[in-house]
Amino acid sequence: MRGKRSGAFTALLTVLTVGLVGCSAGSTSTPSTSTSSPSTAASGSATDGGTSSGPPTSQASTSAPAGDGTMAIGFVLEPISLDFTQTDGAAITQALLLNVYETLVKQDQDGQIVPLLAKSFTASPDGLTYTFQLRPDVMFSDGSPFTAEDAVFSIDRVKSDWKPSVKAGMDVVSSATATSPTELTVVLSAPSRSWLFNMTTRIGAMFSRTGVADLANTPIGTGPYTLQAWNKGDSIVMERNTTYWGDPAPIKTMTLKYFADPNAMNNALLTGGIQVVSTVQTPEALSQFSDTAKYQVIDGSTTGEVLLSMNDRTPALADLRVRQAISYALDRKTILDAAWSGYGTLIGTHEAPTDPWFADVDKYPYDPEKAKALLAEAGQSDLTLRLALPPVGYAAAAAPIVISQLAAVGITVQDSDVDFATWIKSVFTDHDFDLTIINHVEPRDAPTLFGNPDYYIGYDNAAVRDLFAQADRATTDAAANTDYQQALDQIATDAPVVWLWSFPNLIVADAQVQGIVANQISAAFELATISQS
Amino acid sequence: MLWPVVRRALIFLVSTLVASLLVFWVLDNGCEPARVALGTGGTPAGVQALCAQMGLDRSLVVQYLNWLGGAVRGDFGTSYVTRAPIGPGLLDQLTVTLWLVFGSMVVALLIAVPLGMASALRNGRPTGYLLSGLSQVGVAVPAFLAAILLVLVFAVNLGWLPANGYVVPAADPLGFVAHMLLPWVSLGVVQGAVLARFVRSAVLDELGQDYLRTARSKGLTPVRALIRHGLRNAAIPVLTVIGVNLVTVLVGAVIIERIFTIPGIGNGLAYAADRRDLLTVQAIVVTLVLIALLISFVVDVTYSVIDPRLRTRAAS
Repeated sequence: MRGKRSGAFTALLTVLTVGLVGCSAGSTSTPSTSTSSPSTAASGSATDGGTSSGPPTSQASTSAPAGDGTMAIGFVLEPISLDFTQTDGAAITQALLLNVYETLVKQDQDGQIVPLLAKSFTASPDGLTYTFQLRPDVMFSDGSPFTAEDAVFSIDRVKSDWKPSVKAGMDVVSSATATSPTELTVVLSAPSRSWLFNMTTRIGAMFSRTGVADLANTPIGTGPYTLQAWNKGDSIVMERNTTYWGDPAPIKTMTLKYFADPNAMNNALLTGGIQVVSTVQTPEALSQFSDTAKYQVIDGSTTGEVLLSMNDRTPALADLRVRQAISYALDRKTILDAAWSGYGTLIGTHEAPTDPWFADVDKYPYDPEKAKALLAEAGQSDLTLRLALPPVGYAAAAAPIVISQLAAVGITVQDSDVDFATWIKSVFTDHDFDLTIINHVEPRDAPTLFGNPDYYIGYDNAAVRDLFAQADRATTDAAANTDYQQALDQIATDAPVVWLWSFPNLIVADAQVQGIVANQISAAFELATISQS
Repeated sequence: MLWPVVRRALIFLVSTLVASLLVFWVLDNGCEPARVALGTGGTPAGVQALCAQMGLDRSLVVQYLNWLGGAVRGDFGTSYVTRAPIGPGLLDQLTVTLWLVFGSMVVALLIAVPLGMASALRNGRPTGYLLSGLSQVGVAVPAFLAAILLVLVFAVNLGWLPANGYVVPAADPLGFVAHMLLPWVSLGVVQGAVLARFVRSAVLDELGQDYLRTARSKGLTPVRALIRHGLRNAAIPVLTVIGVNLVTVLVGAVIIERIFTIPGIGNGLAYAADRRDLLTVQAIVVTLVLIALLISFVVDVTYSVIDPRLRTRAAS
């Protein structure tokens, strides 16, 4: 009798748990391309062969004194590990870059590349040799000094140890040498405008030669904060770095709190559990923060583009007319208004409003009749497509409208909600999909998406690839921008995807919170600029 | 005397093994953890390299035996996804969940016992119908709905309690209670309503027994007779239900932990499953199985404490 009962308990529990694992896998993860908000890539970088020497302290001016304050900020996307050299970085970069790790150079608010751990840097006229003068007074949080040897180690380590695809940004480096403890010389194999820009991203993060043994749990950097604790599934706690070389951070203890449920995050702000909602996931719920005496809503821009991506390899979607028809069939204004309460910007090609090559193109304005005609011409009047939806708010919000608008021109869409792991496998690895909706957050990522025929979209245009390569080698900003614009115009014409909207940087915070960056200028969420009155 | 104990131990071992094998078999997806970890930044070469680094390219049998070897020694190993040791984090999460489950069972009993007794004593009268009806409504409300409504009313609108979050009891006992009150009530109300029905029928059964009539004839009021003589007997079927329901509450805690962002074992399980963190899922499942078996054992022991007849029967 007793044996039977305990057996039944166990069986019940096993079934419940295994079932539960299945359910949760289908409902809760968030892709890393979705919610973090990287930079505004503004005017071109400083590879013009001149000297660029920034202000002595490039740290954003923090007028607030360093007090004992604490603050909690709500985030959606929790890191998988703390090691962005081994795992996809969006969430880790958001938490650690510029807070725990620093780079030699960073982008300022205008998108210019300015020194950070380097005091100054020069580029040779041929654009092949960069010389960085490093700050002499910088310490890692484990007490070891930051020298040119550490910079060489960090750059070399990208090639030898890193796993994520962003490591390719370092391929152009042929050598990095410590010419003195405070001087670093980097030689490139070809002029590359993107390399210096990439040095402001996570692949430019500076690690200690003696501090990389356990990056997944113990990050050691030179930044204004150090990692105090990571409570998995809950929060990351950061403490002010007392040995920081620059201005100390105004807030002593910063808690990055992770919320799987957007309403829970909103409720936490309403009840004082957190002071900032870093990314609003439900713009339709913003009205509860309309009391300006208590709350502020920050509506800036990101470099994220929400795409209705098409698999250009499938027979139906390889036909330009079908892709054009889908582009014509969608009324993007209605989609943006309904799905994201009108926050964000309508775009006609792959760019953010803050990009220097931004052009207000709209090659395929809403025209359902034209869409039907094109489908008939292509012999696809009875087309059925699959739409794979990753578990992100904007995809779930946009999908019903996209589906009904496509139905209006005679395209049947079968949508399926999948968890992130399944989405990655079917869309990214197996290319077994027709349509999907995803926000590509990385700055200046057009070459990644449209310059690689093996990418999941499968867009293949050699002329566009040549233009991207030419832009990277260009010696002036103007020349590069012209090439870039030309490439993006061609991509817009080829309609490999539909650009639904440019993702806004929507933040809600207590009215007393100051110093939050409105336009996200890098993949990092800078904490050291934030203070509270 | 000894055989039931041995049999129980064997069943325990076999069920744990079967559960752990099942999890390994169901969740094995080759290099998927590496693919998830690299996300949109994954290249085939990168995924392969990370997969090998995580040790996922070894055969499933080797991985399982490796895990089993550690688990037998009480070491759940190091997650190959987060690269942190699993044991300490799991213990923290378990503590949190046990607080949640324990508190909500207390709430459930505080609701169920008086409500069940009252509706049994008022059986057939309007108040009896009203109380049974109330518990029926309670059963029909899912815990997550109760949670959302409670948060809306008591946290967002009235501002009496925090909407979510968790505070360690040792650091701030009052804050702990304030944060846990809504989760306890969300889980406890539904469980209380379920239990109230069992309390009611158990009490009704006892009310018809001869010994209660005897007690009444000694001059005790119905309520006093029930409390002095009936409750112990009524407790036995109710205890069984509590035992089964504890497991349900444990599993139901997952959703409550999600809604209230409580860093318990349910949140940990969802977090690990999302990332295809096989070893962590494995450790959590085995822990839950252990707890379920422990609960059934405790329920059995409690029977014999409550009912001496079971003690003599077991001894003979």
